Amino acid sequence: MTTAVLQERTHYLNNGYGLKSWLLTKDHKRIAVLYFITISIFFALGGVFASLIRLELVTPAGDLVSSETYNKLFTMHGVIMVFFFLIPSVPATMGNFFLPMMIGARDLAFPKINLLSWYLLIAGGGFAIFAMMAGGVDTGWTFYTPYSTTYSNTYVIATALGIFIAGFSSILTGLNFIVTVHRMRAPGMTWFKMPLFVWANYATGVIQVLGTPVIAVTLVLVFCERVFHIGIFDPALGGDPVLFQHLFWFYSHPAVYIMVLPAMGVISELVSTFSRKPIFGYPFVAFSSVAIAVIGFLVWGHHLFVSGQSLYAGLVFSFLSYFVAIPSAIKVFNWTATLYKGSISYATPMLYAFGFIGLFTIGGLTGLFVAALGIDVHVTDTYFVIAHFHYVMVGGTVMAYLGGVHYWWPKMTGRMYPEGWAKLSALFIFVGFNLTFFPQFILGYLGMPRRYHAYPPEFQVLHVASTAGATVLAVGYILPAIYLAWSLRYGPVAGSNPWGATGLEWATPSPPPTHNFDRIPVVTHEAYDYTAVPQEVEVV
Amino acid sequence: MSSEAHAHAEETLALREQFDTAEQQKDASTLGMWIFLITEIMFFGGMFAAYTIYRSAYPTVFAVASSSLNVTIGAINTCVLLLSSFTMVMAVRAGQMGKRNMIIIFLILTLIFGCIFLGVKAYEWNEKYVEHHMPGQAAFHLEGTPLQGPAKIFFSLYFAMTGLHALHMVVGVGILLTLIVQTRAKKFSAEYFTPIDISGLYWHFVDVIWIFLFPLLYLIDRHLPK
Repeated sequence: MTTAVLQERTHYLNNGYGLKSWLLTKDHKRIAVLYFITISIFFALGGVFASLIRLELVTPAGDLVSSETYNKLFTMHGVIMVFFFLIPSVPATMGNFFLPMMIGARDLAFPKINLLSWYLLIAGGGFAIFAMMAGGVDTGWTFYTPYSTTYSNTYVIATALGIFIAGFSSILTGLNFIVTVHRMRAPGMTWFKMPLFVWANYATGVIQVLGTPVIAVTLVLVFCERVFHIGIFDPALGGDPVLFQHLFWFYSHPAVYIMVLPAMGVISELVSTFSRKPIFGYPFVAFSSVAIAVIGFLVWGHHLFVSGQSLYAGLVFSFLSYFVAIPSAIKVFNWTATLYKGSISYATPMLYAFGFIGLFTIGGLTGLFVAALGIDVHVTDTYFVIAHFHYVMVGGTVMAYLGGVHYWWPKMTGRMYPEGWAKLSALFIFVGFNLTFFPQFILGYLGMPRRYHAYPPEFQVLHVASTAGATVLAVGYILPAIYLAWSLRYGPVAGSNPWGATGLEWATPSPPPTHNFDRIPVVTHEAYDYTAVPQEVEVV
Repeated sequence: MSSEAHAHAEETLALREQFDTAEQQKDASTLGMWIFLITEIMFFGGMFAAYTIYRSAYPTVFAVASSSLNVTIGAINTCVLLLSSFTMVMAVRAGQMGKRNMIIIFLILTLIFGCIFLGVKAYEWNEKYVEHHMPGQAAFHLEGTPLQGPAKIFFSLYFAMTGLHALHMVVGVGILLTLIVQTRAKKFSAEYFTPIDISGLYWHFVDVIWIFLFPLLYLIDRHLPK
């Protein structure tokens, strides 16, 4: 097939050209593409900050940047990656594109609000980037008071405002997903016929809606404290800085689940598709998403084990933190059980899925280490914690994100990516990631604190290993940027269902038409029913 | 629904293309507003949590600071707001019956009550400013307690909570103005008045927040003998 074939039919990409047709679009697929471009830029920016951090840490002395600059680097790395990449990552791109298609809808319930949410992310990102250009911010992405409210002389207000605005983008995405899943399902698409990706995004929506407003009001109070000199968290007035930490983590711990739940949804799709089996224990995997969303709200206190929180509160939070690991474990066990006797193919998305399962398991298990009161006192604010959450966020979410991008790329663009290059980059990422972050577990356990730009020479070998790994990882991230762009023009034309997958999104042509379905489908099969789908193409 | 029926519905009921039926569209909008209001509860909830913690930490200071607020004015303002909720209900009722003139009259009444509330609130804030009860003021001083720090915290919460509430009222006023213009442009009928309906939900929600704020801020330990 040639380019001419793709041009014959009207689809969402050639239905209108020009900037206006994109910037004023209400099509969830186009908005997903806008998000995709935006967060790719943020990811690159956050990656630049990470690279500078790793470069500084090659030598024990603080020689590349000053300590003030180093503080700004890790703060901006955290702010950009958490609020402008990880939070929107899977839901705003793949969720936006495929959630309506998977349930057989023409669009989300509120297309204009969907577009508004993208503009809010742009506006929030604008404030954050302004803060960085103007001189940066050095509070850490956690904005702990009273440093952030009273002492820091950097651009706290602009950054907080940026995060506040981007928060509303996240809230509106979640709201849109919840209403869409409740009200827009095609005839026959009952709750237990929905793909698990939809369940995961629904549960994420619940967290976005319940959690994000709390960080919004917390940032408003920090803002008011800096600007109007009111005193809510000011210890000089008898206020309590630990209250800030409670409010902050009431959102920011569930936010971890905002970042990882949709990624788990992607993995469910990948594991099923590439082993050609329904997900083992579907209802358990579906409910585990909801359980994570609910229990995830009850564990924030494990960030305050050394903040002067009462011992009894610590005990309860420690117990609940162990408890929230159960639904995550259910998912991992059920994915593994799905593989058993499956017809497994090793296409790139599946390599990422394998990567996710292994790395997320390490990230999750080390999460139990830090949820234990005794061990946490030893490793708090060390590289052990850094390694733990990078295993979850990068080893988990980013792996799933890339797996999903490769999996749905033929549907989004109508073209296949080059399989050989993709496998190579997946390998680079897996090796580079482990080389970067595994040494950090050891560093942290040996006592290397986070957020320091100089360190004792004994730690140098592990730091150099970590920086070397980061270099490999960077190559692994740059490769897809190149070959995916290449494939837009030169990739082989993909059929409507190159993987022989079961979701309704594969029942549309690639790329899909603007309103997804010429006729709204009537759903009769269970989710992941491979007897109903012919396998079109043998996967390489 | 056939495409012809869809086109017809689109003309009369402002049915958007992603929906199949007017009922589905109304359900989606209403659910969306309820979920938005849940986010608002969480938003105000952060401040209510802070209030709870500081009031239990400094009960006497909070009582003294609370007694410096003007209960009479606060109570009158509460009545004004309740009245505005009543007129909002009447506007929704008029919407159900498709009586455009009645919708406009009741929306304007709601608007007036809302503005009175904001005006009185501004007067109260000014009073606090004059009395040096504003936390940012260098001359801040509250009579009747040696603990000026916690007193500042009370007024910080007072201004933050009533300020954000007032901000929601201002947004509400904007919504009412939009609805009045839309009603005049004959956008609504007995078949389609969802925007009035869900704006009503928002207006009542903002009211309910005040119903919590009033006793929490104005009525602390008023029953105790001084």
